[in-house]
Amino acid sequence: MATTHEASAIAESRAAPARRPMRLFRNLSAKIASLPMVLVAVVIFVGCTVWTVVHSFTNSRLLPKLEWDGLSQYERLWSTPRWYVSIENLAIFGILSMIFTLAIGFVLAALLDRKIRGEDVIRTIILYPFALSFVVTGLVWQWILNPELGLQSVVRSWGWQSFTFDPLYDADIVIYGILIAALWQGTGLIMCIMLAGLRGVDEEIWKAAKIDGIPTWKTYTHVIIPMMRPVFVTSLVLIASGIVKVYDLVIAQTGGGPGGSSEVPAKYVMDSMFAAQNLGQGFAASTMMLLSVIIILIPWAYLEFGGKKRG
Amino acid sequence: MKLTTSLLGATALCAATAAHAVDLEVTHWWTSGGEANAVAKFAEALNATGTHTWVDGAIAGGGDTARPIMISRILGGDPMDAFQFNHGRQAEELIEAGLLLDLTDVAEANGWKDLVNPSDLLDACTYEGRIYCVPVNIHSWQWMWLSNKAYEDAGLAVPTNWQEFVDTADELRAAGKIPLALGGQPWQSGGAFQVMAVALAGEEAWLKVYRDKDAEAVMGPEFTSVFEAAAQAREFAQGSNVQDWNQATNLVITDQAGAQIMGDWAQGEFALAGEVAGTDYTCLPGLGVTEVISTGGDAFYFPAQDDPEVTQAQKDLAQLLISPEVQVSFNAAKGSLPVRGDVNLEDVNDCTRKGLDILAAGNIVPATEQLLSPDTAQQINDLMTEFWASTDMSAADAQQRFSDIIANAD
Repeated sequence: MATTHEASAIAESRAAPARRPMRLFRNLSAKIASLPMVLVAVVIFVGCTVWTVVHSFTNSRLLPKLEWDGLSQYERLWSTPRWYVSIENLAIFGILSMIFTLAIGFVLAALLDRKIRGEDVIRTIILYPFALSFVVTGLVWQWILNPELGLQSVVRSWGWQSFTFDPLYDADIVIYGILIAALWQGTGLIMCIMLAGLRGVDEEIWKAAKIDGIPTWKTYTHVIIPMMRPVFVTSLVLIASGIVKVYDLVIAQTGGGPGGSSEVPAKYVMDSMFAAQNLGQGFAASTMMLLSVIIILIPWAYLEFGGKKRG
Repeated sequence: MKLTTSLLGATALCAATAAHAVDLEVTHWWTSGGEANAVAKFAEALNATGTHTWVDGAIAGGGDTARPIMISRILGGDPMDAFQFNHGRQAEELIEAGLLLDLTDVAEANGWKDLVNPSDLLDACTYEGRIYCVPVNIHSWQWMWLSNKAYEDAGLAVPTNWQEFVDTADELRAAGKIPLALGGQPWQSGGAFQVMAVALAGEEAWLKVYRDKDAEAVMGPEFTSVFEAAAQAREFAQGSNVQDWNQATNLVITDQAGAQIMGDWAQGEFALAGEVAGTDYTCLPGLGVTEVISTGGDAFYFPAQDDPEVTQAQKDLAQLLISPEVQVSFNAAKGSLPVRGDVNLEDVNDCTRKGLDILAAGNIVPATEQLLSPDTAQQINDLMTEFWASTDMSAADAQQRFSDIIANAD
């Protein structure tokens, strides 16, 4: 009896190391199915990123060439006034669009969640701009904000002759004109995500809060919003990815003007690479963009995912 | 079985027709009404030869949009058969990389060297002694267009040179007109500055800066006066809140603005609006100070192909584009000047006549595309856009930054 026990124990211990490599083949079909995506991610995203970073240290002009040029592309980048304007605009645009999209999206969702009449119609209307591309959005707002045929002329025709609202023609506030268009286009989607999150909150919680006599706004700020943390994270990632790549909206609305005051980094990259036929400079600028994304992303990912393991 | 035979038959038929005639895909960015009309003359002429067919590959959105698309197609190994470029330094690297067809034998066989006038145009197509493109027209930047009616409304005489324009600008403003119309696109401010530089600093100082890349010359007295004039012009341009060049031209056509500094393509807009040179509008080449015209323009390049038949067809097309009949019909439609000295344009208006006379007298300067790399041109455009749009930047600051760009230019 004892021997059989021993024997089976030995057999088990022998089988265990033999069984471990089998893990690689567990869910084999799922792994094979995901292989193309993994390859795409590694070859195209990582591979091309490395290629771009490497070529940013060369003096490539129209064609990519491996002629080392040290840090001169970066030196030129950081001595170009247009680059500073671009970063400043991206920072203003990024921070404000993050705050406003989240805030407006949540408030709209909360209002819709109060079981109002015609919710479907209103939801559709608010989400509708999201169906438009940035180019169309940009053109629409270029016309709305045009002083000769848009908002300003309408208000003036009502009799308020001194009314002035032409953000797209004022270098100091042009970026806010672009921000308005971005908010108009983007808040609908965030509202829908928030609304889905609100609908996911258990009715019982509302009942409990009501019994305890907690005012509605306090229930939102102290109970509902903390519960919706994953929804906020999803929204944040969606908004952030839209901010870094903002390009087409600027092209359609202002073309970078007036006087280059609405330039953004993505446009600097495109213009350097294709209009100026200076690939090295464009690569250097896009490497800086990547670097800034990494600087923001790593601490966030560490807090988000590292924190859970500890807790 | 039946299907296989018919498919084989079809393939054989295709192969047979391909052996006789070649479809030439030509990409260009001439999409506005007048431009499309002009490029159709090329297509008609090619199709009329009966051997080759013109396949139109127009790309809308102007040169800045079209150039990257063309370049990426050539680099990607799927080149078109011919493409339009502004000749000069934009295609330099494509030539270095051996991606473009060498046209030297066609050029020599047909004596392009003797018939292309001014010869600068062919020089711009030449790289290390070999010819890579065929120039098709001359467009020059050096023009100021003035609205006669706008000055009449203000009770002023139409200026005949820059100084008179400056002197009357304030009175024009007082009469409710914008003295100088300027669109917001970067190349417009870069171009307007460059026109003022040639006109006010003189040809010699201008060449020192733009051709010899002499940063010292930028800080010299000639260019100081240019920057001061540009600062004045910036004041005059306040209130022209438009983006596109033709919208700015339209301000002059509708007499809301006194003048615009723009290339001779603006004349197409005046013609379209039914205005007559001399009575409705006035043109001042070289701002009425230094009467020169720059010999910029368009040219066609031909990407290298493996198939010798296609190569032959490309060379046929190159010769066709520069032939006298095609030059006349194309340039008449385009509103530009022909690249040959031996053809006559009939019924030209006052302004085109002025241009032809200056050309005949040999008062020409090279176009900036021939002197500056696209990289440097872009930097200058960026600086000028900033300078023209914001009154914060002083003329001296702009001059300093311009000198830095020229010092680092290649």
